Amino acid sequence: MKYLLLFCGSAEDAAAFEALTQEELRTRYAQVGAWFGEHNAKIGATGQLQGPQTATCVRFGPDGPPVVTDGPYLEGKEGIGGYAEIDVADLDEALRVARTWPGRGTVEIRPLLTER
Amino acid sequence: MARTRDCGDPPASDGAIAAARDALAAVFREESGRLAASVMRILGDFDLAEEVVQDALLAAWRQWPAEGIPDRPGAWLWTVARRRAIDLVRRDRRLADRAAVLAFPVEQADEDDRLMLVFTCCHPALSPEARIALTLRTVAGLTTAEIASAFVVSEAAIVQRLTRARRKIATAGIPYRIPADDELGDRLSGVLAVIYLMFNEGYLSSGGRHPQRRDLTEDAEWMAGMLAHLMPAEPEVLGLLALIRLHRARVPARFDGSGSLVLLKDQDRSRWDHAAITAAADLLVKAAQLRRPGPYQLQAAIVACHAEAPSWPETDWMQITLLYDALITHLPSPVTRLHRAIALSHVLGPQAALEATDPLEPALDRYHLYHATRAELLRQLGRTAEARRADQRALGLTANPAERSLLEQRLA
Repeated sequence: MKYLLLFCGSAEDAAAFEALTQEELRTRYAQVGAWFGEHNAKIGATGQLQGPQTATCVRFGPDGPPVVTDGPYLEGKEGIGGYAEIDVADLDEALRVARTWPGRGTVEIRPLLTER
Repeated sequence: MARTRDCGDPPASDGAIAAARDALAAVFREESGRLAASVMRILGDFDLAEEVVQDALLAAWRQWPAEGIPDRPGAWLWTVARRRAIDLVRRDRRLADRAAVLAFPVEQADEDDRLMLVFTCCHPALSPEARIALTLRTVAGLTTAEIASAFVVSEAAIVQRLTRARRKIATAGIPYRIPADDELGDRLSGVLAVIYLMFNEGYLSSGGRHPQRRDLTEDAEWMAGMLAHLMPAEPEVLGLLALIRLHRARVPARFDGSGSLVLLKDQDRSRWDHAAITAAADLLVKAAQLRRPGPYQLQAAIVACHAEAPSWPETDWMQITLLYDALITHLPSPVTRLHRAIALSHVLGPQAALEATDPLEPALDRYHLYHATRAELLRQLGRTAEARRADQRALGLTANPAERSLLEQRLA
Protein backbone atom coordinates (compact mmCIF):
# COMPACT_ATOMS: atom_id res chain seq x y z
CA MET A 1 0.00 0.00 0.00
CA LYS A 2 1.09 3.52 -0.71
CA TYR A 3 1.04 6.20 1.96
CA LEU A 4 2.00 9.84 2.02
CA LEU A 5 3.97 10.87 5.08
CA LEU A 6 3.28 14.53 5.76
CA PHE A 7 5.92 16.13 7.94
CA CYS A 8 4.06 18.68 10.00
CA GLY A 9 5.02 21.07 12.73
CA SER A 10 3.60 23.63 15.11
CA ALA A 11 4.97 27.12 15.77
CA GLU A 12 6.78 25.63 18.80
CA ASP A 13 8.35 22.94 16.63
CA ALA A 14 9.49 25.64 14.21
CA ALA A 15 10.93 27.73 17.07
CA ALA A 16 12.76 24.69 18.45
CA PHE A 17 14.22 24.07 15.00
CA GLU A 18 15.31 27.73 14.65
CA ALA A 19 17.00 27.51 18.05
CA LEU A 20 19.29 24.64 17.01
CA THR A 21 23.01 25.49 16.97
CA GLN A 22 25.04 25.01 13.80
CA GLU A 23 26.42 21.81 15.26
CA GLU A 24 22.97 20.47 16.20
CA LEU A 25 21.65 21.44 12.80
CA ARG A 26 24.41 19.47 11.08
CA THR A 27 23.61 16.45 13.25
CA ARG A 28 19.89 16.75 12.50
CA TYR A 29 20.49 16.92 8.74
CA ALA A 30 22.79 13.93 8.97
CA GLN A 31 20.07 11.97 10.83
CA VAL A 32 17.43 12.92 8.27
CA GLY A 33 19.82 11.90 5.47
CA ALA A 34 20.44 8.57 7.18
CA TRP A 35 16.68 8.04 7.59
CA PHE A 36 16.12 8.55 3.84
CA GLY A 37 19.03 6.20 3.17
CA GLU A 38 17.69 3.52 5.47
CA HIS A 39 14.19 3.56 3.96
CA ASN A 40 15.33 4.28 0.40
CA ALA A 41 13.78 1.14 -1.07
CA LYS A 42 10.30 2.07 0.18
CA ILE A 43 10.41 5.79 -0.57
CA GLY A 44 8.97 7.27 -3.76
CA ALA A 45 8.46 10.99 -4.41
CA THR A 46 9.68 13.33 -1.69
CA GLY A 47 9.84 17.06 -1.24
CA GLN A 48 10.44 19.84 1.20
CA LEU A 49 8.06 22.80 1.17
CA GLN A 50 8.99 26.46 1.39
CA GLY A 51 7.44 28.20 4.40
CA PRO A 52 3.72 29.00 4.71
CA GLN A 53 4.44 32.70 4.12
CA THR A 54 5.30 31.74 0.52
CA ALA A 55 1.95 30.02 -0.10
CA THR A 56 -0.73 31.25 -2.49
CA CYS A 57 -4.24 29.84 -2.76
CA VAL A 58 -6.68 29.68 -5.67
CA ARG A 59 -10.10 29.31 -4.09
CA PHE A 60 -13.14 28.15 -6.01
CA GLY A 61 -16.38 29.53 -4.65
CA PRO A 62 -19.88 28.21 -5.41
CA ASP A 63 -19.86 30.28 -8.61
CA GLY A 64 -17.78 32.88 -10.44
CA PRO A 65 -14.08 32.76 -11.23
CA PRO A 66 -11.62 31.46 -8.61
CA VAL A 67 -10.13 33.95 -6.17
CA VAL A 68 -6.39 34.16 -5.63
CA THR A 69 -5.33 34.84 -2.04
CA ASP A 70 -2.06 35.14 -0.16
CA GLY A 71 -1.30 32.52 2.51
CA PRO A 72 -1.70 28.78 3.09
CA TYR A 73 -4.93 26.76 3.01
CA LEU A 74 -4.38 25.43 6.52
CA GLU A 75 -4.41 28.51 8.67
CA GLY A 76 -3.20 28.63 12.23
CA LYS A 77 -0.07 27.41 13.90
CA GLU A 78 0.34 23.99 12.31
CA GLY A 79 1.83 23.60 8.89
CA ILE A 80 3.20 21.00 6.49
CA GLY A 81 6.94 21.21 5.93
CA GLY A 82 7.48 18.30 3.58
CA TYR A 83 6.31 14.93 2.35
CA ALA A 84 7.49 11.50 1.35
CA GLU A 85 5.56 8.83 -0.47
CA ILE A 86 6.23 5.32 0.81
CA ASP A 87 5.20 1.92 -0.49
CA VAL A 88 4.85 -0.62 2.33
CA ALA A 89 2.76 -3.67 3.28
CA ASP A 90 0.34 -2.05 5.71
CA LEU A 91 -0.20 0.66 8.30
CA ASP A 92 1.99 -1.08 10.87
CA GLU A 93 4.96 -0.89 8.52
CA ALA A 94 4.16 2.75 7.72
CA LEU A 95 4.07 3.45 11.46
CA ARG A 96 7.39 1.73 11.89
CA VAL A 97 8.94 4.02 9.26
CA ALA A 98 7.26 7.16 10.65
CA ARG A 99 8.30 6.40 14.23
CA THR A 100 11.96 6.64 13.34
CA TRP A 101 11.62 10.06 11.63
CA PRO A 102 14.39 12.21 13.16
CA GLY A 103 12.87 15.57 12.13
CA ARG A 104 10.57 15.84 15.20
CA GLY A 105 7.20 17.60 14.96
CA THR A 106 4.30 15.40 13.83
CA VAL A 107 4.14 12.92 10.96
CA GLU A 108 0.67 12.48 9.47
CA ILE A 109 0.20 9.20 7.60
CA ARG A 110 -2.37 9.25 4.81
CA PRO A 111 -3.13 6.25 2.63
CA LEU A 112 -3.20 7.03 -1.09
CA LEU A 113 -6.28 6.05 -3.01
CA THR A 114 -5.45 3.17 -5.32
CA GLU A 115 -7.40 1.04 -7.75
CA ARG A 116 -8.12 -2.34 -6.28
CA MET B 1 -25.52 -13.91 36.37
CA ALA B 2 -28.57 -13.68 34.16
CA ARG B 3 -27.95 -12.17 30.78
CA THR B 4 -30.52 -11.34 28.18
CA ARG B 5 -30.31 -10.85 24.47
CA ASP B 6 -32.68 -8.68 22.56
CA CYS B 7 -33.13 -10.53 19.29
CA GLY B 8 -36.34 -12.46 19.37
CA ASP B 9 -36.05 -13.83 22.89
CA PRO B 10 -38.97 -16.01 23.87
CA PRO B 11 -40.85 -14.68 26.92
CA ALA B 12 -39.01 -15.84 30.06
CA SER B 13 -42.00 -17.27 31.85
CA ASP B 14 -40.05 -19.81 33.86
CA GLY B 15 -36.55 -20.69 34.98
CA ALA B 16 -36.01 -23.34 32.33
CA ILE B 17 -36.54 -20.87 29.53
CA ALA B 18 -34.27 -18.35 31.20
CA ALA B 19 -31.57 -20.99 31.64
CA ALA B 20 -31.88 -22.03 28.00
CA ARG B 21 -31.55 -18.42 26.97
CA ASP B 22 -28.44 -17.94 29.12
CA ALA B 23 -26.90 -21.07 27.62
CA LEU B 24 -27.62 -19.68 24.18
CA ALA B 25 -26.06 -16.33 25.07
CA ALA B 26 -22.95 -18.05 26.44
CA VAL B 27 -22.55 -20.09 23.25
CA PHE B 28 -22.95 -16.95 21.18
CA ARG B 29 -20.28 -15.09 23.08
CA GLU B 30 -17.87 -18.01 22.78
CA GLU B 31 -18.54 -18.60 19.09
CA SER B 32 -19.05 -15.21 17.46
CA GLY B 33 -15.43 -14.08 17.83
CA ARG B 34 -14.13 -17.40 16.49
CA LEU B 35 -16.54 -17.19 13.58
CA ALA B 36 -15.53 -13.60 12.79
CA ALA B 37 -11.87 -14.66 12.91
CA SER B 38 -12.46 -17.58 10.52
CA VAL B 39 -14.38 -15.43 8.06
CA MET B 40 -11.83 -12.60 8.26
CA ARG B 41 -9.01 -14.98 7.47
CA ILE B 42 -10.68 -15.87 4.19
CA LEU B 43 -12.35 -12.62 3.13
CA GLY B 44 -9.72 -10.26 4.52
CA ASP B 45 -12.35 -7.52 4.65
CA PHE B 46 -13.92 -6.36 7.89
CA ASP B 47 -17.11 -5.04 6.32
CA LEU B 48 -17.87 -8.18 4.37
CA ALA B 49 -16.90 -10.40 7.29
CA GLU B 50 -19.30 -8.48 9.50
CA GLU B 51 -22.14 -9.02 7.04
CA VAL B 52 -21.47 -12.73 6.81
CA VAL B 53 -21.13 -13.20 10.57
CA GLN B 54 -24.35 -11.27 11.18
CA ASP B 55 -26.29 -13.44 8.79
CA ALA B 56 -25.00 -16.63 10.37
CA LEU B 57 -25.77 -15.46 13.90
CA LEU B 58 -29.22 -14.34 12.87
CA ALA B 59 -29.92 -17.75 11.37
CA ALA B 60 -28.85 -19.36 14.64
CA TRP B 61 -31.13 -17.03 16.62
CA ARG B 62 -34.02 -18.13 14.49
CA GLN B 63 -33.35 -21.86 14.57
CA TRP B 64 -31.60 -22.77 17.81
CA PRO B 65 -34.30 -21.81 20.31
CA ALA B 66 -36.71 -24.15 18.51
CA GLU B 67 -34.34 -26.91 17.42
CA GLY B 68 -31.87 -26.79 20.30
CA ILE B 69 -28.21 -25.79 20.27
CA PRO B 70 -26.27 -28.06 17.89
CA ASP B 71 -23.57 -30.35 19.32
CA ARG B 72 -20.89 -28.37 17.55
CA PRO B 73 -22.34 -24.85 17.38
CA GLY B 74 -19.12 -23.43 15.90
CA ALA B 75 -19.20 -25.86 12.98
CA TRP B 76 -22.89 -25.14 12.38
CA LEU B 77 -22.26 -21.37 12.26
CA TRP B 78 -19.20 -21.86 10.08
CA THR B 79 -21.18 -23.86 7.52
CA VAL B 80 -23.88 -21.19 7.29
CA ALA B 81 -21.29 -18.39 7.14
CA ARG B 82 -19.27 -20.14 4.46
CA ARG B 83 -22.35 -20.58 2.27
CA ARG B 84 -23.17 -16.90 2.68
CA ALA B 85 -19.59 -15.90 1.97
CA ILE B 86 -19.59 -17.88 -1.28
CA ASP B 87 -22.71 -15.96 -2.37
CA LEU B 88 -21.04 -12.65 -1.63
CA VAL B 89 -17.82 -13.59 -3.36
CA ARG B 90 -19.71 -14.59 -6.51
CA ARG B 91 -21.24 -11.12 -6.62
CA ASP B 92 -17.98 -9.24 -6.08
CA ARG B 93 -15.28 -9.73 -8.70
CA ARG B 94 -12.64 -8.16 -6.44
CA LEU B 95 -13.00 -11.28 -4.32
CA ALA B 96 -13.02 -13.80 -7.17
CA ASP B 97 -9.78 -15.37 -5.98
CA ARG B 98 -11.39 -16.26 -2.65
CA ALA B 99 -14.13 -18.38 -4.20
CA ALA B 100 -11.90 -21.42 -4.55
CA VAL B 101 -10.79 -21.23 -0.94
CA LEU B 102 -14.39 -21.07 0.22
CA ALA B 103 -15.66 -23.82 -2.04
CA PHE B 104 -13.55 -26.41 -0.25
CA PRO B 105 -14.31 -27.36 3.31
CA VAL B 106 -12.04 -25.21 5.42
CA GLU B 107 -11.01 -25.88 8.96
CA GLN B 108 -12.48 -23.60 11.54
CA ALA B 109 -10.01 -20.95 12.69
CA ASP B 110 -7.69 -21.95 15.46
CA GLU B 111 -7.57 -19.69 18.45
CA ASP B 112 -4.65 -17.60 17.26
CA ASP B 113 -7.03 -16.12 14.73
CA ARG B 114 -9.16 -14.69 17.48
CA LEU B 115 -6.04 -13.06 18.85
CA MET B 116 -5.45 -11.37 15.48
CA LEU B 117 -8.98 -10.06 15.66
CA VAL B 118 -8.27 -8.59 19.10
CA PHE B 119 -5.11 -6.85 17.92
CA THR B 120 -6.86 -5.38 14.88
CA CYS B 121 -9.87 -4.16 16.88
CA CYS B 122 -7.56 -2.55 19.47
CA HIS B 123 -5.21 -0.96 16.94
CA PRO B 124 -3.83 2.40 18.15
CA ALA B 125 -4.81 4.04 14.85
CA LEU B 126 -8.48 3.73 15.92
CA SER B 127 -10.01 6.08 18.47
CA PRO B 128 -10.35 4.64 21.99
CA GLU B 129 -14.17 4.66 21.73
CA ALA B 130 -14.00 2.84 18.41
CA ARG B 131 -11.61 0.23 19.85
CA ILE B 132 -14.00 -0.64 22.68
CA ALA B 133 -17.10 -0.72 20.49
CA LEU B 134 -15.40 -2.80 17.80
CA THR B 135 -13.96 -5.25 20.32
CA LEU B 136 -17.34 -5.71 21.99
CA ARG B 137 -19.02 -6.14 18.64
CA THR B 138 -16.55 -8.33 16.80
CA VAL B 139 -14.72 -10.29 19.50
CA ALA B 140 -17.37 -10.58 22.22
CA GLY B 141 -20.32 -10.70 19.80
CA LEU B 142 -22.48 -8.04 21.46
CA THR B 143 -25.29 -6.59 19.37
CA THR B 144 -25.15 -2.88 18.53
CA ALA B 145 -28.19 -2.44 20.81
CA GLU B 146 -26.30 -3.99 23.71
CA ILE B 147 -23.26 -1.77 23.14
CA ALA B 148 -25.52 1.30 22.89
CA SER B 149 -27.19 0.37 26.18
CA ALA B 150 -23.80 -0.04 27.88
CA PHE B 151 -22.70 3.45 26.90
CA VAL B 152 -26.17 5.02 27.16
CA VAL B 153 -25.97 6.38 23.63
CA SER B 154 -28.23 5.81 20.64
CA GLU B 155 -27.83 2.66 18.61
CA ALA B 156 -27.39 4.85 15.51
CA ALA B 157 -24.33 6.45 17.14
CA ILE B 158 -22.79 3.03 17.79
CA VAL B 159 -23.55 1.84 14.25
CA GLN B 160 -21.84 4.94 12.88
CA ARG B 161 -18.83 4.48 15.19
CA LEU B 162 -18.46 0.86 14.03
CA THR B 163 -18.91 1.72 10.36
CA ARG B 164 -16.23 4.42 10.54
CA ALA B 165 -13.85 2.08 12.35
CA ARG B 166 -14.29 -0.74 9.83
CA ARG B 167 -13.84 1.67 6.96
CA LYS B 168 -10.64 2.98 8.47
CA ILE B 169 -9.32 -0.56 8.96
CA ALA B 170 -9.86 -1.21 5.27
CA THR B 171 -8.76 2.10 3.74
CA ALA B 172 -5.84 2.89 6.05
CA GLY B 173 -4.43 -0.62 5.74
CA ILE B 174 -4.62 -1.62 9.41
CA PRO B 175 -3.25 -5.17 9.28
CA TYR B 176 -4.99 -8.32 10.42
CA ARG B 177 -2.20 -10.14 12.22
CA ILE B 178 -0.39 -10.49 15.51
CA PRO B 179 2.19 -7.71 15.83
CA ALA B 180 5.88 -8.46 15.31
CA ASP B 181 7.89 -9.43 18.41
CA ASP B 182 9.43 -5.99 18.86
CA GLU B 183 5.98 -4.37 18.80
CA LEU B 184 4.10 -7.00 20.76
CA GLY B 185 4.74 -5.51 24.21
CA ASP B 186 3.37 -2.09 23.33
CA ARG B 187 0.46 -3.43 21.37
CA LEU B 188 -0.50 -5.87 24.12
CA SER B 189 -0.48 -2.97 26.58
CA GLY B 190 -2.88 -1.23 24.20
CA VAL B 191 -5.20 -4.25 24.17
CA LEU B 192 -5.14 -4.50 27.97
CA ALA B 193 -5.90 -0.78 28.20
CA VAL B 194 -9.01 -1.29 26.05
CA ILE B 195 -10.20 -4.13 28.29
CA TYR B 196 -9.48 -2.13 31.44
CA LEU B 197 -11.34 0.89 30.01
CA MET B 198 -14.25 -1.43 29.21
CA PHE B 199 -14.16 -2.68 32.79
CA ASN B 200 -14.02 0.83 34.27
CA GLU B 201 -16.87 2.00 32.09
CA GLY B 202 -19.02 -0.78 33.55
CA TYR B 203 -17.68 -0.48 37.09
CA LEU B 204 -18.17 3.27 37.44
CA SER B 205 -21.62 3.27 35.90
CA SER B 206 -22.93 0.43 38.05
CA GLY B 207 -25.10 0.99 41.07
CA GLY B 208 -28.63 0.34 39.98
CA ARG B 209 -29.49 3.70 38.47
CA HIS B 210 -29.62 2.11 35.04
CA PRO B 211 -30.81 -1.43 35.68
CA GLN B 212 -31.28 -1.96 31.94
CA ARG B 213 -27.66 -1.16 31.26
CA ARG B 214 -25.40 -3.87 29.98
CA ASP B 215 -22.84 -4.96 32.59
CA LEU B 216 -19.53 -4.31 30.83
CA THR B 217 -17.52 -5.58 33.81
CA GLU B 218 -18.69 -9.08 32.91
CA ASP B 219 -17.68 -8.59 29.26
CA ALA B 220 -14.30 -7.24 30.34
CA GLU B 221 -13.75 -10.28 32.58
CA TRP B 222 -14.67 -12.58 29.73
CA MET B 223 -12.26 -10.75 27.38
CA ALA B 224 -9.41 -10.88 29.89
CA GLY B 225 -10.14 -14.57 30.50
CA MET B 226 -10.04 -15.31 26.79
CA LEU B 227 -6.75 -13.44 26.45
CA ALA B 228 -5.28 -15.26 29.47
CA HIS B 229 -6.24 -18.54 27.79
CA LEU B 230 -4.58 -17.50 24.52
CA MET B 231 -1.49 -15.87 26.09
CA PRO B 232 -0.86 -17.81 29.31
CA ALA B 233 2.80 -16.73 29.47
CA GLU B 234 1.99 -13.00 29.57
CA PRO B 235 1.96 -12.02 33.26
CA GLU B 236 0.22 -8.69 32.68
CA VAL B 237 -2.72 -10.46 31.04
CA LEU B 238 -3.05 -12.64 34.15
CA GLY B 239 -2.63 -9.52 36.28
CA LEU B 240 -5.47 -7.74 34.54
CA LEU B 241 -7.72 -10.79 34.84
CA ALA B 242 -6.96 -11.01 38.56
CA LEU B 243 -7.57 -7.27 38.98
CA ILE B 244 -10.98 -7.47 37.32
CA ARG B 245 -11.98 -10.57 39.30
CA LEU B 246 -10.90 -8.99 42.59
CA HIS B 247 -12.97 -5.89 41.91
CA ARG B 248 -15.98 -7.90 40.83
CA ALA B 249 -15.72 -10.10 43.93
CA ARG B 250 -16.40 -7.04 46.08
CA VAL B 251 -19.28 -5.61 44.05
CA PRO B 252 -22.07 -7.04 46.27
CA ALA B 253 -20.89 -4.82 49.14
CA ARG B 254 -20.27 -1.65 47.13
CA PHE B 255 -23.79 -0.24 47.38
CA ASP B 256 -26.29 -0.16 50.22
CA GLY B 257 -30.01 -0.90 49.91
CA SER B 258 -30.78 2.61 48.68
CA GLY B 259 -28.12 2.48 45.96
CA SER B 260 -25.59 4.69 47.77
CA LEU B 261 -21.88 3.99 47.43
CA VAL B 262 -20.34 2.31 50.51
CA LEU B 263 -16.68 3.12 51.13
CA LEU B 264 -14.23 0.22 51.33
CA LYS B 265 -13.68 0.72 55.05
CA ASP B 266 -17.42 0.51 55.75
CA GLN B 267 -18.18 -2.44 53.49
CA ASP B 268 -19.62 -5.68 54.90
CA ARG B 269 -16.75 -8.00 54.06
CA SER B 270 -18.86 -11.12 54.56
CA ARG B 271 -20.70 -10.15 51.35
CA TRP B 272 -17.53 -10.37 49.27
CA ASP B 273 -17.03 -13.44 47.10
CA HIS B 274 -14.14 -14.97 49.06
CA ALA B 275 -13.76 -17.98 46.79
CA ALA B 276 -13.26 -15.63 43.83
CA ILE B 277 -10.77 -13.58 45.85
CA THR B 278 -8.70 -16.66 46.67
CA ALA B 279 -8.76 -17.80 43.04
CA ALA B 280 -7.64 -14.35 41.84
CA ALA B 281 -4.82 -14.30 44.40
CA ASP B 282 -3.67 -17.70 43.08
CA LEU B 283 -3.69 -16.27 39.58
CA LEU B 284 -1.45 -13.44 40.77
CA VAL B 285 1.01 -15.91 42.25
CA LYS B 286 1.13 -17.64 38.86
CA ALA B 287 1.75 -14.27 37.17
CA ALA B 288 4.51 -13.39 39.66
CA GLN B 289 6.29 -16.66 38.85
CA LEU B 290 6.80 -15.36 35.31
CA ARG B 291 9.01 -12.68 36.88
CA ARG B 292 7.92 -9.71 34.79
CA PRO B 293 6.04 -7.36 37.10
CA GLY B 294 3.86 -4.68 35.58
CA PRO B 295 1.17 -2.16 36.42
CA TYR B 296 -1.79 -4.57 36.28
CA GLN B 297 -0.12 -7.17 38.48
CA LEU B 298 0.82 -4.48 41.00
CA GLN B 299 -2.65 -2.93 41.02
CA ALA B 300 -4.15 -6.38 41.46
CA ALA B 301 -1.71 -7.10 44.31
CA ILE B 302 -2.86 -3.90 46.04
CA VAL B 303 -6.51 -4.81 45.63
CA ALA B 304 -5.70 -8.35 46.86
CA CYS B 305 -4.16 -6.90 50.03
CA HIS B 306 -7.44 -5.15 50.72
CA ALA B 307 -9.56 -8.12 49.71
CA GLU B 308 -7.67 -10.56 51.94
CA ALA B 309 -7.62 -8.27 55.00
CA PRO B 310 -10.12 -9.46 57.62
CA SER B 311 -11.04 -5.87 58.46
CA TRP B 312 -10.10 -2.29 57.60
CA PRO B 313 -7.80 -1.77 60.64
CA GLU B 314 -6.09 -5.11 59.98
CA THR B 315 -5.13 -4.13 56.44
CA ASP B 316 -1.41 -4.49 55.67
CA TRP B 317 -0.83 -0.81 54.90
CA MET B 318 2.94 -1.13 54.88
CA GLN B 319 2.74 -3.74 52.13
CA ILE B 320 0.26 -1.58 50.20
CA THR B 321 2.53 1.46 50.46
CA LEU B 322 5.45 -0.57 49.13
CA LEU B 323 3.33 -1.89 46.26
CA TYR B 324 2.40 1.69 45.39
CA ASP B 325 6.09 2.60 45.37
CA ALA B 326 6.65 -0.17 42.83
CA LEU B 327 3.58 0.87 40.85
CA ILE B 328 4.84 4.46 40.62
CA THR B 329 7.95 3.23 38.80
CA HIS B 330 5.60 1.84 36.11
CA LEU B 331 2.84 4.44 36.26
CA PRO B 332 4.34 7.66 37.60
CA SER B 333 0.98 9.44 37.52
CA PRO B 334 -0.20 11.97 40.10
CA VAL B 335 -3.27 9.80 40.74
CA THR B 336 -1.04 6.85 41.69
CA ARG B 337 0.88 9.16 44.04
CA LEU B 338 -2.41 10.29 45.59
CA HIS B 339 -3.35 6.68 46.29
CA ARG B 340 0.06 6.07 47.79
CA ALA B 341 -0.47 9.06 50.09
CA ILE B 342 -3.72 7.51 51.35
CA ALA B 343 -1.92 4.26 52.17
CA LEU B 344 0.86 6.25 53.80
CA SER B 345 -1.62 7.97 56.13
CA HIS B 346 -2.24 4.57 57.74
CA VAL B 347 1.47 3.95 58.21
CA LEU B 348 2.85 7.36 59.16
CA GLY B 349 -0.31 9.32 59.98
CA PRO B 350 -2.36 12.09 58.35
CA GLN B 351 0.27 14.84 58.57
CA ALA B 352 2.83 12.90 56.51
CA ALA B 353 0.13 11.95 54.02
CA LEU B 354 -1.11 15.52 53.68
CA GLU B 355 2.44 16.67 52.97
CA ALA B 356 2.73 13.95 50.32
CA THR B 357 -0.36 15.36 48.55
CA ASP B 358 0.87 18.99 48.57
CA PRO B 359 3.08 18.70 45.46
CA LEU B 360 0.20 17.08 43.53
CA GLU B 361 -1.98 20.19 43.56
CA PRO B 362 -1.00 21.63 40.16
CA ALA B 363 -1.79 18.31 38.45
CA LEU B 364 -4.88 17.31 40.44
CA ASP B 365 -6.57 20.59 41.33
CA ARG B 366 -9.48 19.70 39.01
CA TYR B 367 -9.76 16.13 40.34
CA HIS B 368 -12.53 15.65 42.93
CA LEU B 369 -10.83 12.77 44.74
CA TYR B 370 -7.76 14.94 45.38
CA HIS B 371 -9.88 17.36 47.37
CA ALA B 372 -11.98 14.62 48.98
CA THR B 373 -8.79 12.87 50.15
CA ARG B 374 -7.35 16.07 51.59
CA ALA B 375 -10.67 16.75 53.32
CA GLU B 376 -10.44 13.37 55.03
CA LEU B 377 -6.83 13.99 56.13
CA LEU B 378 -7.59 17.53 57.32
CA ARG B 379 -10.53 16.23 59.35
CA GLN B 380 -8.25 13.65 61.00
CA LEU B 381 -5.92 16.52 61.93
CA GLY B 382 -8.82 18.46 63.45
CA ARG B 383 -8.65 21.18 60.78
CA THR B 384 -12.43 21.04 60.21
CA ALA B 385 -12.94 24.38 58.45
CA GLU B 386 -10.29 23.52 55.85
CA ALA B 387 -11.75 20.02 55.56
CA ARG B 388 -15.17 21.49 54.77
CA ARG B 389 -13.76 23.74 52.10
CA ALA B 390 -11.98 20.78 50.50
CA ASP B 391 -15.20 18.70 50.52
CA GLN B 392 -17.07 21.58 48.88
CA ARG B 393 -14.35 21.80 46.26
CA ALA B 394 -14.70 18.05 45.60
CA LEU B 395 -18.48 18.31 45.33
CA GLY B 396 -18.15 21.01 42.69
CA LEU B 397 -15.96 18.73 40.58
CA THR B 398 -17.98 15.50 40.35
CA ALA B 399 -21.24 14.68 38.61
CA ASN B 400 -21.32 11.03 39.71
CA PRO B 401 -24.52 10.70 41.81
CA ALA B 402 -23.15 8.07 44.20
CA GLU B 403 -20.05 10.12 44.94
CA ARG B 404 -22.05 13.32 45.27
CA SER B 405 -24.39 11.83 47.85
CA LEU B 406 -21.40 10.65 49.90
CA LEU B 407 -19.84 14.14 49.89
CA GLU B 408 -23.17 15.76 50.68
CA GLN B 409 -23.48 13.50 53.74
CA ARG B 410 -20.07 14.66 54.94
CA LEU B 411 -21.04 18.30 54.49
CA ALA B 412 -24.45 17.96 56.14
